[in-house]
Amino acid sequence: MQRHEQAVWDETGSEGYEPLLSEKDRTTVDVDYEELPDDLTRETLELPALSEPEIARHYTRLSQMNYGIDSGPYPLGSCTMKYNPKFTEDVAARTEAAVHPDRPEESVQGTLQLYHELQESLGRIGGMDAVTLQPPAGAAGEFTGILVAKAYHERNGEGERRSEVIVPSSAHGTNFASAAMAGYDVVELPGDDDGRIDLEALRSAVGEETAALMLTNPNTLGLFERDIEEIATVVHDAGGLLYYDGANLNALLGRARPGDMGFDIMHYNVHKTFATPHGGGGPGAGPIGVTEELRPFLPSPQVEARDGRYELVEPEHSIGKVHGAMGNWLVLIKTHAYIRRLGDSGLRDTSAKAVLNANYLASQIDLEIPFGPFHHEFVASAGERDAADFAKRMLDYGVHPPTTKWPEIVSEALMTEPTEAESKTTLDQLAGAFNAVASEDEETVAAAPEKTSARYIDQTSAARNPHLSWHALSDDA
Amino acid sequence: MSHHTQLSRATRTTGESTGSPFAPHSEADVETMLQAIDAESVEELFDIPSSVRFDGEFGIDAASEQEVVRQVAEVLGRNDSATEFLGRGRYDHYVPSLVDHLADRSEFLTSYTQYQPEITQGFLQALFEYQSLLVELTGLEVANCSMYDAATALGEVATLSQRVRSVTGDRVLVPDVLRDERRAVLENYVSGASLAVEEYPTTDGVVEPDALEDVLDGDVALVYVENPTTTGLIQEHLEEIGEHLAEADAMFCLGSDPVALSLLRTPASIGADAVIGDASVLGLGTAYGTSLGLFACKEEYLRQVPGRLVGASQDESGHRAYTLTLQTREQHIRRERATSNICTNQAWVALRTAIHAAVLGPDGLVDLAKNCHRLPEALARELDEIEGIAAPVRDGYHFREFRASVEPDVADLVSELYAEGFAVHATDADTIQICVTDANENQAEELVAAIEEVVA
Ligand SMILES: Cc1ncc(COP(=O)(O)O)c(C=O)c1O
Repeated sequence: MQRHEQAVWDETGSEGYEPLLSEKDRTTVDVDYEELPDDLTRETLELPALSEPEIARHYTRLSQMNYGIDSGPYPLGSCTMKYNPKFTEDVAARTEAAVHPDRPEESVQGTLQLYHELQESLGRIGGMDAVTLQPPAGAAGEFTGILVAKAYHERNGEGERRSEVIVPSSAHGTNFASAAMAGYDVVELPGDDDGRIDLEALRSAVGEETAALMLTNPNTLGLFERDIEEIATVVHDAGGLLYYDGANLNALLGRARPGDMGFDIMHYNVHKTFATPHGGGGPGAGPIGVTEELRPFLPSPQVEARDGRYELVEPEHSIGKVHGAMGNWLVLIKTHAYIRRLGDSGLRDTSAKAVLNANYLASQIDLEIPFGPFHHEFVASAGERDAADFAKRMLDYGVHPPTTKWPEIVSEALMTEPTEAESKTTLDQLAGAFNAVASEDEETVAAAPEKTSARYIDQTSAARNPHLSWHALSDDA
Repeated sequence: MSHHTQLSRATRTTGESTGSPFAPHSEADVETMLQAIDAESVEELFDIPSSVRFDGEFGIDAASEQEVVRQVAEVLGRNDSATEFLGRGRYDHYVPSLVDHLADRSEFLTSYTQYQPEITQGFLQALFEYQSLLVELTGLEVANCSMYDAATALGEVATLSQRVRSVTGDRVLVPDVLRDERRAVLENYVSGASLAVEEYPTTDGVVEPDALEDVLDGDVALVYVENPTTTGLIQEHLEEIGEHLAEADAMFCLGSDPVALSLLRTPASIGADAVIGDASVLGLGTAYGTSLGLFACKEEYLRQVPGRLVGASQDESGHRAYTLTLQTREQHIRRERATSNICTNQAWVALRTAIHAAVLGPDGLVDLAKNCHRLPEALARELDEIEGIAAPVRDGYHFREFRASVEPDVADLVSELYAEGFAVHATDADTIQICVTDANENQAEELVAAIEEVVA
């Protein structure tokens, strides 16, 4: 069994652990500037004034109080926390990449070529005819895709009538929120007893009001929607469009493509499937792919190749823009480099190993897994235990726990996605952590975590009495 | 037990392997694992109907790391190496090495959203410090830990204005010089809300209170003002504008950035209700538009704020500890009634911004900002000496950039300058815009010489 203890920097006299920068120093400078009228400038600025060595140590300690994929396994279901190859950081950091977005297109042919190549390879991987790289994350891709659907229906004179987007109850929260942001009424579709789309329920949900159905496949239980072709027919017959949430594409790489299943629009979650680092919450990127019919509605500009040159082109009925520039460019470079490194064979092997790992891990843990056959992830139940408590105790074994309490169809859900990047040895360790917690007594679990930088944190009082800055802390003191 | 690894690792790095170089399995591992799950092959684990299986090729060849590095370098090398004097909302300042070295620590870079705060205190504290930096700079009580960029942050503040009870209107007013990109994103963000975006007139981006008052009525939900303007001018009547907007019960959102805010009047002191902007002017630079959306607002809107918030709390041992908070606003709990759909954000850029600000400290920030005023003023004076150039176009106080009117054809001038290795903006039929900061000031003399030559 693996043991692990996270760094704790606990300074005497500090209320917290590593003191805040503002507890190390707070210097007030008078903002005197004779070249501007007084009423245009601020009076003072109060911030920490620390030396470079002090700052280096501060953030190094903070990094030690943080857990990343390079620290250990991170099987956060639906998030595809896989190893992030380091060379992609270096290519993205090249100075030629750091150009101003207003540079004329003839001066950034390299950037546009890379964009174009990535548009093409994503199109082939997803089986889609056209791709935009502009959306800066998966949720932004959803929003973009739904705007494309909306523009399409409006163009067909059905904008008013098609006022609903259907979302399965097991879907990610962003699906609901993105559809609502685009102005749609969200219709929630209950699943069937097997954890998949209930065709009958779908048939009665679709109609003249349906703009789109948003679907994740494999779904959030890791199950492939076997009836996908029938689902596509039902939606299309009603005049709606089919949207693919690409969060789980890792399971299908090289084996099945949303475009071939009848999806009209999809987003790619490149920080999941294509291993760009999650950066403590972002940036990611959420390119979308569409069918030929929807190409004219894509955001502006698209990159097109003509006679060996790359041009920025506004699609005929473009929805406009969803990001102030061309999306998260630095992330897109990494995506491109990763796809090139893997190639066809590597991409295909990725889905194979991702699915093998999930199945193997599942076979090694002593918890109920009510739904299957699953692919790259599975949802176990913590049973009598609270899934959140279960997860906290897992931290003590040097592993990151799964996603908890979602999807709700599994009680006390532990949604687990090991990814292809973990070895059998690591999976065995991970299984060891699950099993240890499952067999421990109530008291031990309740006392967790003990090996992390901080102990159990009170969420309720954080929300009830919010302190969101060092100013708020000192106001209270 | 791992006798096989030597050989298999060696072949993998050549790029000829048929597998993923990042999947650590040996053949023996695969065998053992398949046995454990009672499967004959990995293929049979895929529960995919044959009618939708893909057995084609993408036509992408696997390549070694070295080859990919070479390929990408070669492609990016096709970008011209012009010296940029470009701004208009996106700026470069020198980013100290320490920022890269610390932010690239993989405990930060390879982590994700802090769903388990006990094991991610480091990032949470860094984000808390980032929020605090913005609270100090804006004077407002609340800052979130990131939006995608300034344009989406503007979209978010517009939809927020519709949710808060103190505001009733449905018109969103933006300056006539607002960048098209920001306007276009804003239009999409409000497309699901019943808000209409309209322009108000400015003098080169500078807001004249009377002109603004003329278009104000009880129907205005939000007025957006940039300081400095897209054209590089510092606003001079913000206090009056704030008063007008308060009377009209309209929300007042200021667009700015952390460097400008280090020197200019605090948004809170002129009555701003919210601040948005591009915070990556510290920590990242223009990066072809990879950015960091700054979002700060008054405490009264706290429950309506989009995106993630880090709060201080306590852990079981009584220490102060940090956690994501007020999550009931967010999509994973509130779903279609969430304040925004944002999930993955720009946290790592916020970390970079926080580190950069820490390296500069308050004196360094103020000095950097003063420089942003001195440099364009000096360069404009120099250009004004040249026959055929009048700079700046408008009297006033400049920040980082200014417009110049030019006698020769603007398109020709800009492309001739480009041929000399300098990129500047063509703003309209007879003006160009030039941005000068610490990042390009060492080339300013060369730019002046090139302009002189081209104009002559
Ligand atoms: C199933 C699913 N859909 C959508 C998203 C949203 O993607 P992003 O976080 O990149 O906005 C996520 C992940 O966070 C997800 O797991």
